[in-house]
Amino acid sequence: MTADEPAPGSSDPAPEETPRVEVRNLAKRYGSVQALRDVNMTLHAGEIVGLVGDNGAGKSTLVNIIAGALQPTSGSILLDGKPVSFRSPIEARAAGIETVYQDLALAPDLSIWANMFLGREKTVSGPLGWLGWLDRKSMMAETAKDLERTRIRIASVGSRVGRLSGGQRQAVAVSRAVAWGSRVVLMDEPTAALGVEQQARVGELIQAVAGEGLPVLLISHNLQQVHAICDRIVVLFHGTTVADLRPKDTEIDDIVSWITGAAIASNRKAS
Amino acid sequence: MAAPATDVVQAEPPAQENVPTFQRVMERLGPLWTLGVLIILVIIFGILSPDLYTKAAWLSTSSYAVEYLILAVGQTFVIITAGIDLSDGAILGFSAMAGAVLMNNMLTGHSSGAVASIVGIAVMIGTGTAIGVLNGLLITRIKLPPFIVTLGTLTAVTGATDLLNNGGEVTNLPSFIANLGNDSLLSGWLPYPVLVALVIALVFGLILARTRFGVRTYAIGSNEAGTRRSGIRVDRHLVIVYGISGFLAGIAGLMVTANFSSASSLAGANDELYAIAAVVIGGASIFGGRGTIFGTVIGTAILSVLTTGLVLANIAPFWQQVAIGGVVIAAVAVDRVRTKAGTD
Repeated sequence: MTADEPAPGSSDPAPEETPRVEVRNLAKRYGSVQALRDVNMTLHAGEIVGLVGDNGAGKSTLVNIIAGALQPTSGSILLDGKPVSFRSPIEARAAGIETVYQDLALAPDLSIWANMFLGREKTVSGPLGWLGWLDRKSMMAETAKDLERTRIRIASVGSRVGRLSGGQRQAVAVSRAVAWGSRVVLMDEPTAALGVEQQARVGELIQAVAGEGLPVLLISHNLQQVHAICDRIVVLFHGTTVADLRPKDTEIDDIVSWITGAAIASNRKAS
Repeated sequence: MAAPATDVVQAEPPAQENVPTFQRVMERLGPLWTLGVLIILVIIFGILSPDLYTKAAWLSTSSYAVEYLILAVGQTFVIITAGIDLSDGAILGFSAMAGAVLMNNMLTGHSSGAVASIVGIAVMIGTGTAIGVLNGLLITRIKLPPFIVTLGTLTAVTGATDLLNNGGEVTNLPSFIANLGNDSLLSGWLPYPVLVALVIALVFGLILARTRFGVRTYAIGSNEAGTRRSGIRVDRHLVIVYGISGFLAGIAGLMVTANFSSASSLAGANDELYAIAAVVIGGASIFGGRGTIFGTVIGTAILSVLTTGLVLANIAPFWQQVAIGGVVIAAVAVDRVRTKAGTD
């Protein structure tokens, strides 16, 4: 399968429009281990794309490459049609790509607002600002505004993150990514540590994010959730993108058979 | 601090709901409980010996606190990053001796006292900063644990201090240095070294609580990997933090030299233990992420009042160390309780 030939079940939503992110023939090799063989996928503005696959299929490697934490062995990534290559997550962030890591990367001893602005703190203007004097008021106000959009209510932006529940922390991490991410948000298993109700809440939050035009690439083992909230589902199998599915035309069992490789075999027989 | 439960979505109770009342009270009090301990100590020792409320007792208590407070301020930054600096007492001794030997040689070579003072002070502070930066580089570049690195510098620097003057004392110092140690403001109530220590505590307290550098110091101690991923240059930050600890050890060396009008090779010995004790009593977590300069000031005051009070109450000085050790363990035990209350 090549990039020009769409995977089974896919129908590009707006073929003439340049995808926000396009991954072409991406491969990554660690010594003798071929983590990614041939990955091709697109992500359009406002889309939620689920990235699924068995353990070791290469999901985290792919996300880490897009997020700048790893460099590909070959292949290319295009951001709004322009090829990019990031040497670090900092460069990816500067390009507008934000990542919500599985461990959330929050500092539990810091307040919510300090976490929202971690590494990008605002300082007051004037000589005190040159010394790094924080503009706490404006950071608190912006944090309150950003959190309002999440619909997960938190009593005070001054609360320490360590005091928040799992869902609230998730909301903080997602809000931070959304607030700073201007092009795309990557989420690595954002609901793995959450209860059912909180998973649903985070799901709504992701849909709200995409509704504002920011595309989300969602890695998850939770196929019910992926099926419920994603616009498309990309399946990785042994480091290769084998399917690009639309949830409305697909049953969860079909996704499972793509993940396990059963569908590839039957597809071959059929064709 | 605690969020009123009604403001939070019902399905997500705040983490502190299941925590026993005592722990919640401790958590809410924060460093204020240590202030209460200090007040109780002042009252108890005042009853045992009313001399505690005299000018002489204030002067000896506050002067005793100077070197520990200056060291403890640097130690607070280090401990908040989840590190430790065992070498700050040794750096104090070495930088004091390096500056004193140089001033002595300059005076013998007929330099003016003013020039010798300026050079000597610069050398003390510069030497301290340099050793602190070296600690930071060893910790971040070679990825060695702070405990091991600073234990090594503690030992090496202590030996080097003796090498500087064959283990002897330097007493021939410019008069400016002696005046710095013995003059005071407010009709004798505020000796210059005490003023210097308080200004340092205020300035570094503001840096920690109100600046970008401060918030990043907490972030590193709270989640180093996450802080790194947020783009903060953690290694550079840690080098600066250990540099600050060394810089302040150099200033403390100057204050001790000024106070005694001499530099001894024993200066600063075991000071690191008192500095760490003051920081921990002040509510900082040895696991990083928490602590305040206000707490450290209170912690230092508790140690000093304990020392002066035991002397005034005619209790054998050997008991001082026993008492201080007990307070440190009690403080860590309280920290444990508070930490449990604070996170789930």
